[in-house]
Amino acid sequence: MKISYYPGCTLKTKAKNLEASALACLDLLGVEYEELPRWNCCGAVYSLSDDDLIHLIAPVRDLIRVQEQGFDTVLTLCSMCYNTLARANDLMKNDEVKRGTINDFMDEEPDYKGEVKVVHFLDFIRDEIGWDKLKNSLKNPLEGMKLAPYYGCTLLRPENVSIDKSNSPVVFEECMEALGAEIVKFPGAVECCGSYQVLGNPEAALKVSHNIISDAVAHGAEAMVLTCPLCDYNLGHRQEEMLKKYDDAGALPIFYFTQLMAVALGADPKLCYLELNQNISREYLKGKNLLEEVSA
Amino acid sequence: MPIKISKADSDERLRQKVKEISGENFQRCYQCGTCSGSCPMTEQMTVLPRRVMALLQLGQKEALEELNTPWVCASCHLCMVRCPRGIDITRVMESLRQLKLRQNEDQINPSEIGREDIEKLPQIAMVSGFRKLTS
Repeated sequence: MKISYYPGCTLKTKAKNLEASALACLDLLGVEYEELPRWNCCGAVYSLSDDDLIHLIAPVRDLIRVQEQGFDTVLTLCSMCYNTLARANDLMKNDEVKRGTINDFMDEEPDYKGEVKVVHFLDFIRDEIGWDKLKNSLKNPLEGMKLAPYYGCTLLRPENVSIDKSNSPVVFEECMEALGAEIVKFPGAVECCGSYQVLGNPEAALKVSHNIISDAVAHGAEAMVLTCPLCDYNLGHRQEEMLKKYDDAGALPIFYFTQLMAVALGADPKLCYLELNQNISREYLKGKNLLEEVSA
Repeated sequence: MPIKISKADSDERLRQKVKEISGENFQRCYQCGTCSGSCPMTEQMTVLPRRVMALLQLGQKEALEELNTPWVCASCHLCMVRCPRGIDITRVMESLRQLKLRQNEDQINPSEIGREDIEKLPQIAMVSGFRKLTS
């Protein structure tokens, strides 16, 4: 099996730990992939105005590139890219009038009707690999780790692009369970980290992120796994600020789920780029004997 | 905050504009408050989402222009998936942002973002923040 892979901007720079670890997992699971040639930024957020079609051009171009590449499915890793591409695709498939306008505007491109399927790494593993194969491929099961999977918003909402049941998702828990970890379910798993409000209202974003971390800790989580570089920034990289600001703040190691999957599948730890995570994340893995050296 | 309701104060053009941009019929809202109960960002809001819908139904342009609600909204879509009337409140919030942004009233100034922040922030934070908060 071979699949087209769309990285997006952040994975090539700030979130190398997400990209490299995920690609290592695909290699170990025997999935062939080919990076989308000439990909461009998806726009990060889907346009929510009825009269604003220009912001759909970027994601639709990417989808046309996938067809040119000769694939019918494109794999995404970043939750925001997934959401933007999947929603643009859904619109091109179902809204005849807007589709016509967009296709007419891009007269240098072939017409597009939403033929490509947009998948995220999580539902791809569930649907194409399966939990059994994942379990059977483990070299270092994540035994004794109490992990809180955090979905955030864009994998689940709106419902037409949700990778699982929007209100009661299980795919992330099932995935981490297949890797041998103990799952900590907590209500904050589907709530928002504050997202782009880190620019507009950084204090408000910090507060909601703090609520999510506190919720996970209160439910007994030792660490959190997530899929989105912006969630990682708000929930992970801003923990120092939380500790300074809130008396009741606790530190929680944060990982991209692909990093722990790569460790469990026995990938070279260098491909996890753990130096891009917080210190406590590396200390946590070392404490579980899953990381020999605490680097960086 | 008591408000006086009169037909003279109701801005029909605003209501039409919001419907046009959002594609949503906010008149369907029956004020149950599920959106306000679901929203994670309410702590910083001067007016909660349910009340925004009421102000819109009444066409209260001035009151709507003063509140910070659409600028605190993080477009997480929790209100949308939970609304029993099937209103995409996220789109209504977007239309209120757009009404300001289309008059070049930016909420953040990219040139004021510190160098250190630019180096640390993931690209998706910048792209999404600029898309939502600047014109």
